[in-house]
Amino acid sequence: MAAKSRCIIIGASHAAAQLAPTLRQQGWTGSISMISNEYSLPYHRPPLSKDYLAGAKNAEQILIRPAAVYNKCGVGITMGVTAATIDRRNKQLQLEDGMTMDYDKLVLTTGARVRKIDIPGVDLDGVFYLRDLNDAQQIKLSTGANKRAVIIGGGYIGLETASALRKLGMQVTVLEAMPRILQRVTAPEVAAFYARIHKEEGVEIVADVQAISISGDKQVESVQCHNGTEYKADLVIIGVGVIPNTALAEQAGLTIDNGIVVDEYARTSDENILAAGDCTSHYNPIYQRHLRLESVQNALDQATVAASTICGNLKPYSALPWFWSDQYDLKLQIAGLSQGYTDVVVRGDIEGSRSFAAFYMREGKLLAVDAVNRPQDFMVGKRLILQGNQIDPGQLADDNLPLKTLLAS
Amino acid sequence: MPRVTYIQADGQAQEINLEAGSSLMQGAVDNMIDGIVAECGGSCSCATCHCYIDADWVDKIEPAGEMETDLLDCVSEPKDNSRLSCQIKVTDSLDGLVVHLPATQF
Repeated sequence: MAAKSRCIIIGASHAAAQLAPTLRQQGWTGSISMISNEYSLPYHRPPLSKDYLAGAKNAEQILIRPAAVYNKCGVGITMGVTAATIDRRNKQLQLEDGMTMDYDKLVLTTGARVRKIDIPGVDLDGVFYLRDLNDAQQIKLSTGANKRAVIIGGGYIGLETASALRKLGMQVTVLEAMPRILQRVTAPEVAAFYARIHKEEGVEIVADVQAISISGDKQVESVQCHNGTEYKADLVIIGVGVIPNTALAEQAGLTIDNGIVVDEYARTSDENILAAGDCTSHYNPIYQRHLRLESVQNALDQATVAASTICGNLKPYSALPWFWSDQYDLKLQIAGLSQGYTDVVVRGDIEGSRSFAAFYMREGKLLAVDAVNRPQDFMVGKRLILQGNQIDPGQLADDNLPLKTLLAS
Repeated sequence: MPRVTYIQADGQAQEINLEAGSSLMQGAVDNMIDGIVAECGGSCSCATCHCYIDADWVDKIEPAGEMETDLLDCVSEPKDNSRLSCQIKVTDSLDGLVVHLPATQF
């Protein structure tokens, strides 16, 4: 590899923060430039709806790495600039400010953006989405004890936000359009558990209700629903999912299919352009299908694979997805993907306690685990999924039997 | 600034000056020390920042909490001196600390 080779990373994300130093560790001697349309060094996004919002951590404390690391690695970071187009034939990147940069390797770590809803009043003051640091900063300025918050969307972001706002002493209502919260991602048992906890913590959860308009003069005052109900609000936060940022890749003519399609080496359909993280769709050998994941684990692991590929050291990506969600005193750890499950086995008292594990099974094998305040069940569950053996549901459910004993040696 | 030595499984040692108040995990990440993955960024969720505290220092560090203990039980090659480095706050009293890194975090 020539010393003057140029690698450009687009998006200052989890993946970018992993990729840049890993490139150096793997022996990349060329230049590394990071282009970001935000105004911060890469930061941990999960705390935005948790510790950052609740005031336990500030913007500096959520940086993934301090500025000194990028300096030491010789990573040039340009903030506040959007990448406009990629000229693949000439291997050039055009920025919106008119600048052109040559590249030898380009990595798209553009992440995802929030899904917006189109109802009257979404532009009122006090109505927010939550995805980036700027959103979280704006929301924080609108919080205050005894103020009323309405959260549209009962997914993880909405529920974590509800938990953080309760910590700040706010009155919180969550509106969910589906018949239950967490519909897309968990079993009914787990959703019922979270509904119970939020109720115990003083959050009002209303399911099966569609927000149809938001009212106020300049500042938001209330949210109206399809069934005629109305909820007063000083603050509205909308959390109804994300969409991968693929526009740049599309413009460049790369293959897109529910995300930027990459192979097991994080390469797009152009061998000089790689991609990692939430913006990608990749084939997962464990689940034998294409996945687009919204996860830190995927961003980090795929970025590490991309760095190896760029340095000519091909290492295929094959990782078990995992996720986490912190709400109140609950630490939820999720291993694997539950889609396609036929049975759920619960271990522990899901109806009365704050600790249990739910195992998602298909044809006698374990697909995924949701473990609440049960790190051991999570850790062992990961291994059980990867082993792929038939498991006796009775043993899984037996809380007196250490889960470890089910592992094949 | 407390000085900490990270020793890889192959014996290679790196001495680093850390900010007091930072965590052992963050110190490793900030200095690109191999062997600490730290997927969850320090929220005691992933157990990929496992390390072994040098025998001389074990008693000088606050013991692990319940969540950490449970996670440690399931890491690859747990030992009595196993800790999650994200849960250890670096203070001036830990100047000279030596930690050993496992061969793998998975």
